[in-house]
Amino acid sequence: MTEAATSDLEPQSVISDEIAALHARAGGDATQPRVDFPPYRSSVLRHPTKDLHHADPEGVELVAPVFGHSDVDPLEADLTIQAGGDPVGERMVVTGRILDGAGRPVRHQLVEIWQANAAGRYVHKKDQHPAPLDPHFTGVGRCLTDGDGGYRFTTIKPGPYPWRNHHNAWRPAHIHFSLFGTDFTQRMITQMYFPGDPLFALDPIYQSITEQDARDRLVAAYDHDLTTHEWATGYRWDIVLTGSHATPLEGEGDDRG
Amino acid sequence: MDERLPATPGQTIGPFFHDALPYARGHELVPPGAPGAIRLHGSVYDGGGEPLPDALLEIRQADATGRAPRVEGSLRRDGGVFTGWGRAATDPGGRYSFTTVEPGPVGDGAAFFAVTVFARGLLNRLFTRAYLPGPAAEADAWLAGLDPARRRTLLIEREDDGSLRFDVHLQGEQETVFLSFPEHRP
Repeated sequence: MTEAATSDLEPQSVISDEIAALHARAGGDATQPRVDFPPYRSSVLRHPTKDLHHADPEGVELVAPVFGHSDVDPLEADLTIQAGGDPVGERMVVTGRILDGAGRPVRHQLVEIWQANAAGRYVHKKDQHPAPLDPHFTGVGRCLTDGDGGYRFTTIKPGPYPWRNHHNAWRPAHIHFSLFGTDFTQRMITQMYFPGDPLFALDPIYQSITEQDARDRLVAAYDHDLTTHEWATGYRWDIVLTGSHATPLEGEGDDRG
Repeated sequence: MDERLPATPGQTIGPFFHDALPYARGHELVPPGAPGAIRLHGSVYDGGGEPLPDALLEIRQADATGRAPRVEGSLRRDGGVFTGWGRAATDPGGRYSFTTVEPGPVGDGAAFFAVTVFARGLLNRLFTRAYLPGPAAEADAWLAGLDPARRRTLLIEREDDGSLRFDVHLQGEQETVFLSFPEHRP
């Protein structure tokens, strides 16, 4: 991409100044991103301006969809074996537990991930980044949590990639996670990041969470005990969903699946 | 009671979810042509009235008798099982479509589809409800508590061809009512 092609984009300094101003004005209880966060330019027309309306969950909202072994093949948790050869990059294991707001494990539930390859390129047809595709990497995985809420993926560490939010904008390396709880109100999609990424301070998506403690909850921890000799590095990331509104049904417990 | 763990923040679904989340027949909660099959469809709009070609909707619903299914099989829809959950991405024109059945009411409330909205540019998911129009919706206490102009954004329209239309406006004069549940508190 030439300089001329990007000259209509604002510099990082404009975005960084806006982020700093919004953080200075923000309250201290922001556990979730602000959906109204103009430094992420695509958000400007895509967020509600009216307050969310309070509702007590009813009926189906108290019951998450159920997934099982007929839905997910265990091999889908290994993103390094899906395309007929070894993908290029740093092989790694990402594992952790999914808990609800009361600390209870979310058992036998679906976890979906997607990510760029080691060069920072998605297979997606709209990804124009001139970095190589890897014929041995689709960047898509699924698994079911175990009886303790645990999930585990084997994959390749994704690279950072450029986008056109502003001039010379780069996303910190991340893996997208799609998560379900035990009731429908716990549904969420988020992104897992890697410790110490130098792009954190510059990224308006990560910085849309105005509290540092909350941002830190999106960062996995390197875990040398997960790292395996001459094979793969290991990262640990636990996820906490919002609380469940439903009373657990009698007889529902560890024995399913 | 209040020893709760702080929730992990959400983030936008981004632009590159199409190879990961949509799947074959994800939007077909029942096969087209099945007894009672209807289409629930609509568009997702931004605050400028432009349709979103990169949004994803999920619905959760009761079956025709008002029961919320707790059965697996949503990702491989080959068993003829009604799971009450579906997923549809918007097309390049911003349109989505599900094939399903009309949900029956659960308990005393009016029947609705629970809806979750994700999109590039939307930093966290949104929840809403698509209510079947009719006397039950008119009598629903929660709906009655909404400003009438805003209540309309939650009511499905029946089209002449029998399909159900539900548009989502993320912003603007017709902005959809989006929901916060008690456990979503910070």
